[in-house]
Amino acid sequence: MGGPLIAPLPGTLVSILALFALAALAVPLARTPLGRPLVYGASALISATAFVFGVQGMLGTPATLVLPLGVPWMGAHFSLDPLAGFFLCVINLGGAAASLYGIGYGRHEHAPQRVLPFFPAFLGAMSLVLVAADAYSFLFGWELMSLASWALVVAHDKSADNLKAGFVYIAMASFGTLALMLAFALLAGGGDLTFATLAHAPHGPLVGALVLALALLGAGSKAGLVPLHVWLPLAHPAAPSHVSALMSGVMTKVAVYGFIRIVFDLAGPPAWWWGIPVLAIGGISAVAGVLQALLQSDMKRVLAFSTIENIGIIFIGLGLALAFRGNGLMAAGALALTAGLFHVLNHALFKNLLFFGAGAVLNATGARDLEKLGGLIHRMPTTAVVMLVGAAAISALPPLNGFVSEWLTFQAILLSPALSPWGLKLLVPLVGALLALAAALAAACFVRLYGIAFLGRPRSEEAAQAVEVDRWSRGAMVGLATLCVLAGILPGPVLDALQNAVGPLMGARLPVQTDVAWLSIIPVGESRSSYNGLLVFVFMVLSAGLMALVIHRFASRALRRAPAWDCGFPNADPITQYSASSFGQPLRRVFARTLFSAREEVTMPPPGDSAPARIRLTERDPAWALLFTPLARAVEALAERSNILPYLTIRQYLGIVFATLVALLLVLAIWR
Amino acid sequence: MSPHLVFDIAHLLAGAMVLISLMMLYQDRLTALIKVFALQAVALAASVAWQAYAHDAPHLYVTAAIALIFKAIALPLALQRMVTRLGLHRQVETAVATGPTMLAGLGLVGLSLVIMLPVTATSDPLAREDLAFALSVVLLGLLMMVTRRNAVSQIIGFMSMENGLILAATGARGMPLVVEISVAFSVLIAFIVIGVVLFHIRERFDTVDVDALDRFRGGRS
Repeated sequence: MGGPLIAPLPGTLVSILALFALAALAVPLARTPLGRPLVYGASALISATAFVFGVQGMLGTPATLVLPLGVPWMGAHFSLDPLAGFFLCVINLGGAAASLYGIGYGRHEHAPQRVLPFFPAFLGAMSLVLVAADAYSFLFGWELMSLASWALVVAHDKSADNLKAGFVYIAMASFGTLALMLAFALLAGGGDLTFATLAHAPHGPLVGALVLALALLGAGSKAGLVPLHVWLPLAHPAAPSHVSALMSGVMTKVAVYGFIRIVFDLAGPPAWWWGIPVLAIGGISAVAGVLQALLQSDMKRVLAFSTIENIGIIFIGLGLALAFRGNGLMAAGALALTAGLFHVLNHALFKNLLFFGAGAVLNATGARDLEKLGGLIHRMPTTAVVMLVGAAAISALPPLNGFVSEWLTFQAILLSPALSPWGLKLLVPLVGALLALAAALAAACFVRLYGIAFLGRPRSEEAAQAVEVDRWSRGAMVGLATLCVLAGILPGPVLDALQNAVGPLMGARLPVQTDVAWLSIIPVGESRSSYNGLLVFVFMVLSAGLMALVIHRFASRALRRAPAWDCGFPNADPITQYSASSFGQPLRRVFARTLFSAREEVTMPPPGDSAPARIRLTERDPAWALLFTPLARAVEALAERSNILPYLTIRQYLGIVFATLVALLLVLAIWR
Repeated sequence: MSPHLVFDIAHLLAGAMVLISLMMLYQDRLTALIKVFALQAVALAASVAWQAYAHDAPHLYVTAAIALIFKAIALPLALQRMVTRLGLHRQVETAVATGPTMLAGLGLVGLSLVIMLPVTATSDPLAREDLAFALSVVLLGLLMMVTRRNAVSQIIGFMSMENGLILAATGARGMPLVVEISVAFSVLIAFIVIGVVLFHIRERFDTVDVDALDRFRGGRS
């Protein structure tokens, strides 16, 4: 047998081209009834193919290619190294799942011509960013990705909220691209802009620091790091659910890739303090994201805020890797980077899954508001089971995949005493505490989400009448749930594959995990820690099975149906159940009162009045109040003052043209 | 024929165009303005034809014919019909007083001569004079567009500008016929489009005074 039939890099480029062609084809196809299955089916196939190329790229040697496209004198450079290959896998896995889900979910789309053409273009643009090997192609793909996703966010432009979300999103996206552009320009310092040259271009410590700051601004605004996250909870829920899944689960990963590419690869060896800002921002994002998720009652907004938390966790891993590498601890850095990359994969898996589930619930009940759901476990059994898997995974419960990556991050944090600078010595344990807090709050958040939506009794007529979603959607969700379980109980092969990407960046690798007996993973050393997902899984299955057996065998068989104890309130309505906001109340009072100015106002009717008492909850994101509102006001005032041109009359415009012409001619006449 | 005579006749015709442009500036009735515009087109056709003869460039005769047929006959007739249908033929329009406009126009002619003559010092005298006159015609057309309030006179200003461009192009040893024809067509299309728009404006606002559009738009004039 020779090598693979098609080399992975040209194959990926062809896939990207095919996705763009599909996007063009989707314009006429969208109006036909067969268009939806055709477009989504084709994009699922292409994404699956690109996934295979990604696996090959991750395991193989780096390849490069120059095509005579783009900027005339330099062409377009592409390359596929293991890092890009890994992200290509993640993105196309998510893309394939979302396409599969879209086959069924898209049936409920009332304006398919506004979604279908942009969906494959969005997928293609994301892959294009990953294989780009010069700044022009990178930024082109980046901007294309922003624009395509913007079009998807405003696909349902009837609602003013969506339009506002689109506006905030496009403003932030442009800002992010500007920051990245400046970062590349600083790195190049006048030389050419291919990544191969950028990586070896010499630059001083000041330029390095600026590049780090710009990468944090540019990639961080796309990924949703606090305080640049404000667009994310607006834009992600506004898109159709499978697109929300892509934006939250996959597009944020492209941003993580951009950050890794610029800071780890192109910016050269890090200074000792580079990890500090990344760690601090990551820790704050993790806690702030999950706290705000706890305050929301809109299901998709909960998920969007939880994305901010997970991006925070990923950046904690990246920050640790920078800190370790900056201080010469390559092996520890490799562990931290592996943890971050593994969490990239995991978050893509379970966030896609959860968004698909939210979409399924939205389709079945027409509601995203948790206060209108309940009892769905009886009406939508498959969705309920996969959502449970997703919720457990994102809450980092063993034996699922979320646990493995967060455990690895903690292992890296536990290595921090080896760091010599005192700033880091003190900061890293603090970040560890933040991470622990975030993990615990995430568990609370998803207990709340799952419990309110799927357990209890239905809180609305629609929830009581919900029906299970179609086969395609269920297939996509079950597939992702299976992958969550698999990555959780067999993390060894994934970790080994990741080492190809980690090795060149950190100059060190983790020990090979697949050699360890009994499928355990031992990231640092046997004496320190090891984890065996399979063992935990088997133990849980056995103990739970045993318990069930014992109960059924030995418990009384006498069955008696009796009314539930009603606490003295006869005829309890479903509305008397715990609601989403009541579940969140303790945490809201403890944490969110000062941080997010969360307030509760209770209006009681006067005695004798039979009107219901009302409670109104308000909260405010400090990022808006402290940063964006003043900024927007300043920009507006400046624009108002400086821009008089749009308000002239037609003759004044002509007059300006005329006067300019005459003035120029006069200059010419006098000059000679 | 002596070269002096060739030069003098070319000079005469191009100078006539500038003169007619200046004449257009003080026409305050649309009917008269259209007639003056037709006269300018005739002068343009004559000038181009003379260039064709002088330079022995037969394709310029086509240009001359296009100018004569389209600009001197077809467009003025169409404009005249338009004005009649819009009921503007009795209207007197004044935006900027005639005196200052004429002074500005004279200044522009002077400016273009001052600029063009030194710039083109090396080329042959025929082209030099032609270019200077052409620039004057362009500037005068633009001046007319700026000073008039009525949309029809703005169109005429625009087309008179285009006359100046053609004069410049033929003076510089002619331009390719394809370019020539496409320019003629684009002007024609522009005319049609503007005509249609005019009728729509008229329907909506009951006037073709562009200031009314600005008022409607809420401009801060």
